[in-house]
Amino acid sequence: MLDAHVQVQIGELPIDVALTATDGETVAVLGPNGAGKTTLLRTLAGLVALDGGRIALDDTVLDDPARGVYVVPERRSVGVMFQEYLIFPHLSVLENVAFPLRSRGVGRAEARRRSSAWLARVGLADRERAKPADLSGGQRQRVALARALVAEPAMLLLDEPLAALDVGTRTELRRDLRAHLASFAGVRVLVTHDLLDAVALADRLVVLEGGRVAQEGPVAEVTARPRSRYVAELVGTNLLRGDAHDHTVTLASGGTVVTADAADGDVYVAIPPHAVSLHRQRPEGSARNVWRGTVQGADLLGDRVRIHVHGEVSLVAEVTAAAVADLGLHDGVEVWSTVKATELTTYPA
Amino acid sequence: MTRRRGRGAPLVAVFLAFVAVVFFTLPLIGLLGKVEWGSLWANLTSQQAKDAIRLSVECSLWATAISLVFGVPLAYVLARVPFPGKAFVRALVVLPMVLPPVVGGVALLLAFGRTNGLVGPWIYDVFGWQFTFSKSGVVLAETFVAMPFLVITVEAGLRTMDRRYEDAASTLGAGRWTVFRRITVPLIAPSLFAGAALAWARALGEFGATITFAGNIQGRTQTIPLGVYLFLESDQPLAIALSLLLLAVSITVLVLLRDRWFGNVRSA
Repeated sequence: MLDAHVQVQIGELPIDVALTATDGETVAVLGPNGAGKTTLLRTLAGLVALDGGRIALDDTVLDDPARGVYVVPERRSVGVMFQEYLIFPHLSVLENVAFPLRSRGVGRAEARRRSSAWLARVGLADRERAKPADLSGGQRQRVALARALVAEPAMLLLDEPLAALDVGTRTELRRDLRAHLASFAGVRVLVTHDLLDAVALADRLVVLEGGRVAQEGPVAEVTARPRSRYVAELVGTNLLRGDAHDHTVTLASGGTVVTADAADGDVYVAIPPHAVSLHRQRPEGSARNVWRGTVQGADLLGDRVRIHVHGEVSLVAEVTAAAVADLGLHDGVEVWSTVKATELTTYPA
Repeated sequence: MTRRRGRGAPLVAVFLAFVAVVFFTLPLIGLLGKVEWGSLWANLTSQQAKDAIRLSVECSLWATAISLVFGVPLAYVLARVPFPGKAFVRALVVLPMVLPPVVGGVALLLAFGRTNGLVGPWIYDVFGWQFTFSKSGVVLAETFVAMPFLVITVEAGLRTMDRRYEDAASTLGAGRWTVFRRITVPLIAPSLFAGAALAWARALGEFGATITFAGNIQGRTQTIPLGVYLFLESDQPLAIALSLLLLAVSITVLVLLRDRWFGNVRSA
């Protein structure tokens, strides 16, 4: 079990983050570049000492500046899988995996036997003698995982575990990694800027923005009810904020939203882009929310198109490519967006 | 014949470059032209030559070893440990590279000279070591001019290596010494090798500081370069034979380090 309160400043950004994780749980720290994710990970690994706060893993205090406690990285029961894996280029695959055992004084034969067993476990039994330069990205990832886990740490840290892979192999390796993570009984903390990695690998999300926790909770909860613009953009939903009174929300940015559920006070309103319909004429239908705006840009997303509509309520609408052609949704075109009250989610801010 | 499109080569630059190349080539031709190939072997195996060669090899290897023992930690401290006045320390270390060697010899004499040096008399009283007019003086002089080459080469290697490997190693349970031995040294091996080769070549060719500080005594302080200088007056074929030997060594070092210096040039 990890119980950490990390206070540290590297460069401009002061970081102040509380992070807990239980054994067998995977926590994903998600955030944009420069949010302090990697620094947070480095404090847990011991590569950066805390300025304030405390890090405890199970019954061991790893870092507590107030009490003058700081355990150096090599004495922490922590395995790290680094971004780009950092497989030692001058050592063979087997020597890489045996490295943590040899460093901790395990004898040559014993280290060899245990490393071999781990390589077999990740499906690399036949690559023991290979040099890292001859491995594929996926094989490197598996070597890195075996090397991080061979000494049986209490906690596994993963820094952008899939960022170094090309897109073609990522899906498959994400699934592999998920299976391997599930077989590790300790605490798992992963840092990523990729929502897909976080959703696929983690049980719980901690969203970091500007060195602080912007939102945290179970993956489904965070993605369904984003509480910041960053998370909303990641999960690809429209996030509005305003003052609710009964079934009407008056937005801070102007305009009103009619909701199915009654609410009061400061609320967020999440509108999934596929729930937004676009029309060239003011529609007559049953939708309670009808806003006027102009098209300002579009992104292609598979066979769907995301249309950015700027108006009294600015939204992103997801429509089919066919609809774009039929409606002539070019930049600058005036459109009406409609959303049914039942398709949006309202929750307290 | 078709004329190539675009601007031609700049003629003035090509001409001046050609003059420069000729300037570098002529001395080599001069040296090779004067070699008496028939008596080359006899010259190189004469007692005087053998004494000089043995002394040169021995002293230059000692100088390289001492440079490694002290220079690698120095490079490490310069590359990794922040401390005030680092720029000054680095300037001090690099100074022997630009200092006229004869001035280095005078400075060494005033520091380590047995009778009037700063610490020389003390060292002689305590340890019984005399550097002037002795083999250890040759080693000291060679180390003084050679070690900077090793330090700056290894420091550059330490600065450019990917330090994340060291971080990775420490999270894998390796203490500082293990990280240095098993990760840092192998990763900077090319720089270590190049630095040692450069330092050795510089030590082997050392003249000014050696003759000023250690003197020119056959079998004791008369290294190959000092021998060449002396024999040029008394036995020119021997001087040329020894010069040829040093030239051959220089070319060998160049070939060994070619990838380091010329590896990138090829693609240009």
